Amino acid sequence: MSASIIALIPLVPLASFLLLGLFGRKYLSAISGWIGTLSLMFSAGLSLVTAYNYFFVSGKVNGVYQQITLAKFTWLAFSPEVSIDMGLFLDPISMMMIVIVTFISLMVHIYSLGYMKGEERFATYYAFLSLFTFSMLGLVLSCNIFQIYMFWELVGVSSYLLISFYFDRPSAVAASKKAFIVTRFADLGFLIGILILAFGAHTLDFKTLIEKLTTATPELHGMISSSFLGLSALTWGLLLVFAGGAGKSAMFPLHIWLPDAMEGPTPVSALIHAATMVVAGVYLVARLFPVFVMSCPGALQVVAYVGIFSSLFAAVIACTQTDIKRVLAYSTMSQIGYMMFALGVSGYSGEGGLGFTASMFHLFTHAMFKALLFLGAGSVIHYVHSNEMKDMGGLRKYMPVTHITFLIACLAIAGVPPFSGFFSKEEILTAAYHSNKAIYMIALFTAGLTAFYMFRLYFSIFWNKEYHAHDESTDAHHGEAPWTMKLPLLLLSILAFAAGFVPFGQFVSSDGHPLASEFHLALAIPPVVIGLLGIILALVMYRGQNNLSEKVSGLFSYLYQAAYRKFYIDEIYLFITRKVIFNLIAVPSAWVDKNLVDGAVNLSASMTGETSELIKGWQSGKMQQYAIWFFAGVIGLVIMFVCMWY
Amino acid sequence: MVLSFLVFVPLVTAIVILLCRSAGQVRLAALTGSLLQLGLTAFLLLAYTNERQAGNTDQMLFQYRTIWFAPLNIQYHVGVDGISVAMILLTAFIVLAGVLVSWKIENLTKEFFFLLLLLSAGAYGFFISLDLFVLFFFLEIAVIPKYLLIGIWGSGRKEYSATKLALMLMGGSALVFVGILGVYYYNGSQTFDMLELSKSHIPVAIQHFFFPFLFLGFGVFGALFPFHTWVPDGHSSAPTSASMFLAGISMKLGGYGCLRVATYLMPEGAHEYQSIIILLAAIAILYGAFATMMQTDLKYINAYSSVSHCGFVLLGIGMLTQTAIIGAVMQMVSHGLMTALFFAAIGMLYERTHTRAIEKMGGILKLTPFIGTVFFIAGLCSLGLPGFSGFAAEMTVFMGAWQNTEIWYRIATIAACASIVVTAVYILRALGKVMMGPVLDEQHADITDAGWNEKFATVLLIVAIVFIGIAPIFLQHLITPGAEAIMQNVSRAGF
Repeated sequence: MSASIIALIPLVPLASFLLLGLFGRKYLSAISGWIGTLSLMFSAGLSLVTAYNYFFVSGKVNGVYQQITLAKFTWLAFSPEVSIDMGLFLDPISMMMIVIVTFISLMVHIYSLGYMKGEERFATYYAFLSLFTFSMLGLVLSCNIFQIYMFWELVGVSSYLLISFYFDRPSAVAASKKAFIVTRFADLGFLIGILILAFGAHTLDFKTLIEKLTTATPELHGMISSSFLGLSALTWGLLLVFAGGAGKSAMFPLHIWLPDAMEGPTPVSALIHAATMVVAGVYLVARLFPVFVMSCPGALQVVAYVGIFSSLFAAVIACTQTDIKRVLAYSTMSQIGYMMFALGVSGYSGEGGLGFTASMFHLFTHAMFKALLFLGAGSVIHYVHSNEMKDMGGLRKYMPVTHITFLIACLAIAGVPPFSGFFSKEEILTAAYHSNKAIYMIALFTAGLTAFYMFRLYFSIFWNKEYHAHDESTDAHHGEAPWTMKLPLLLLSILAFAAGFVPFGQFVSSDGHPLASEFHLALAIPPVVIGLLGIILALVMYRGQNNLSEKVSGLFSYLYQAAYRKFYIDEIYLFITRKVIFNLIAVPSAWVDKNLVDGAVNLSASMTGETSELIKGWQSGKMQQYAIWFFAGVIGLVIMFVCMWY
Repeated sequence: MVLSFLVFVPLVTAIVILLCRSAGQVRLAALTGSLLQLGLTAFLLLAYTNERQAGNTDQMLFQYRTIWFAPLNIQYHVGVDGISVAMILLTAFIVLAGVLVSWKIENLTKEFFFLLLLLSAGAYGFFISLDLFVLFFFLEIAVIPKYLLIGIWGSGRKEYSATKLALMLMGGSALVFVGILGVYYYNGSQTFDMLELSKSHIPVAIQHFFFPFLFLGFGVFGALFPFHTWVPDGHSSAPTSASMFLAGISMKLGGYGCLRVATYLMPEGAHEYQSIIILLAAIAILYGAFATMMQTDLKYINAYSSVSHCGFVLLGIGMLTQTAIIGAVMQMVSHGLMTALFFAAIGMLYERTHTRAIEKMGGILKLTPFIGTVFFIAGLCSLGLPGFSGFAAEMTVFMGAWQNTEIWYRIATIAACASIVVTAVYILRALGKVMMGPVLDEQHADITDAGWNEKFATVLLIVAIVFIGIAPIFLQHLITPGAEAIMQNVSRAGF
């Protein structure tokens, strides 16, 4: 396939953004949704063809998937070796990502036709969706670490614009700000990491960078031997890059923006904050995976521990939340933690590289079922006009399609065979079992928690009590949802069910060689059993109305309170930013500027004024006064000379 | 290409304005004049690139030289390299945008536009001069009209601000003048000519002594910490187009002078004081950003953020690597355009709401989508979003700065990088308060969106910003030969 055709995959959404952004509001408002959707259909179709072409026709040479760079041009040059190049990078994970991104984005575009209908800024909404899709596609196709950083920032700003879409709500504005600033803070790490890696390896190009830092080159030697504060330059670089990834992927302790980001329209949460943008951090680590695993295993361990901790931490919080979107947000964080630690426990090539394949596999299946969960939640919210569990219950009778598709997604995320989540989770746990038993145990426990809180959510929405609409008159003639919303749910549910049957290792592996993943029955049983236990527990507690949940939360009241308050991380951040940074740096800076620096300027001015005030009496223009001074001077001089003479 | 046209066109326009009879004629003359300037600079750019492509490797193109005052060997010597061309283009864009946003000035219209065009003549003259004395002459022309512009058409504490600005800039010029005299008397051949001076070797001791005069003097113009305090007061009291001018061009005179005069002519001096320059620049970047967080007046926000952004210019110059110097020039161009856009947007808002206090506004985006969008673009450019000029410039500075392997300079670079977070905080705070949220003031409900002149001005600047942001390589190519020439001098100085 020629590069110019592949380039159309991101460029068509960009064109749609420009068209809708410039003219949408005035001229194209009525058809803007269809413009966006059609452009995405085009992109999605093209991505499928490209990926098919790569995986089955041209990507493989001698049984190994190649890394191909197309359409490379220099965007900005810093030295003969170090330059920001733009290009299209084709390898198994980028091909997988373009398919996921365009497909989920297309689903969200279609869904939004119904969900956002009647919205005043409909065209703007679609413009921003297109901008996001363009940026995300640019990100996954990047051939240069700086190119990925640029698109990284662009997805950040698209996310900012979409979270604050309902900008007259102060909470949405605050959430968008928080999301941008927290991820920006993480990006600072990313940027410094890039600087360190770029000048250590004398290149910004991914392919060259990985080659240089995984073989015995002077660059690698230099980066390992130079140390700063006890860590080598390579470790610093990789850890800082990982910090950027952790911010975007909402890993502890940079996760605080993700739950708040749910202020955005629900389809946006499905696209950006569940399926695509938040996995960018995983993608980044996967992109640099050879460097991590071969040259700096210490940094990879950090990835593993951050991943597993975030996974457990988020799962515990998810059990206590009552806003359905926030439950899903914490579950996203927990599942991304799974992907992270899967990378962290992985080795390179062959069976040892199972973790890498498993992580990417989970990224793939998670995108399907999590998007489905969010879109289902969106249709519930659309119906009951509330995010709170207490306003829901018994909805299965009113929303049959949403109910069944949501159930499929819940079964998938809980890891019940043969739904997709089962396969990817099983691979991850197998990889963890072979590498680190402690991580394996925690991951197993988290799998149980996941099943529990997902079915808590499911039963609370669709079973529990009978549904009573607050306002009968409006809801009576208000059907479940228009077909534009149901169609994506159905399509996604098919994939959430079936995605697990893809022989994933055949396509995606750490080194490009196909990986035949074996099925270990002994290792598959524990997660399934623990998942079923979680489901049964949720069934007992939330299937009907009872006070079991109060009793249980009373039993663990401290833990429950702490988890309900999200372990006070937000409060700690507020303390650090508002009290410490604001009061200790910003306030003094402004004070110093106003009083000391500017004070010095004013002081010099007033001193000049006062001095002239003081001496202006000397120029009084009175002859007598001058005469007196003249004679006084003469006498003074005479005395001086006389004294000196003798 | 006759460079002197760049000075004559604004001067002639200014004189024509004096002869006009009505405000309408004045506006028309000013608009025609500034369009002519833009056309002329576009022609200059074309001619320049043609010459370069034809293989002309002279350091300075389109040179013209004539004796101005023989006894002191002062010559009217002009010429341009890529750096000057970039600055000249910037000036033309800002002048045109400034004329357009001042369309509605009712009070003393004639005098206002006269001074505006006089200022632009000074700026062009400054950027084309190759003779230190002539350069100084134009520098002064670019200072004095500002005093009047702020003092007469300003707002708030305008007398205080105008006086402060004029005195501080005059102080800076005095330092520059001492430095120029030092260079003149001690270079061995008593010349003001920069090209000759760059070849003659000024004794190291002299460089060490006089470099601070030149660098600090120009630094006052370029908002070098702690001589930046004229910036916030001056910018906020000035009328919109004068603010655009001040931040867009005047501060660039300083950066350009620091680079072209101080660093180029006295590389030994630059090396001697490198650590101090870097320290002051890093302080300005972070401290300016933190001080911005505390501001509540939109113009003060942009003014303090200018202090922070201009810190990148000085940081780039101080690092003394070619990439960093290219980055510094790119940042000058980028900051000039961006800050002019920001001031234009603030001015448009102020005309309508009669306030600049961020806590008194809300939901403006809903009322005036065009102005709101302009605000967002200016803000996102300021916080360094890829696709806008600020990103390319800042990243070039960072990459260039990192090339300097000295560990303390790298720590200063990291500190400068950290400002991208602080910038995001204050920009998003301002955008969130003013543009988003519910409409706070009932009286704002009937404000109108931008008029044709305002749309023209802002679109002009946005196009330039986006062009540089998407294809920075053209600007980089334009600047590179000039930066190379400066670097040759720096590396000949022995490190």
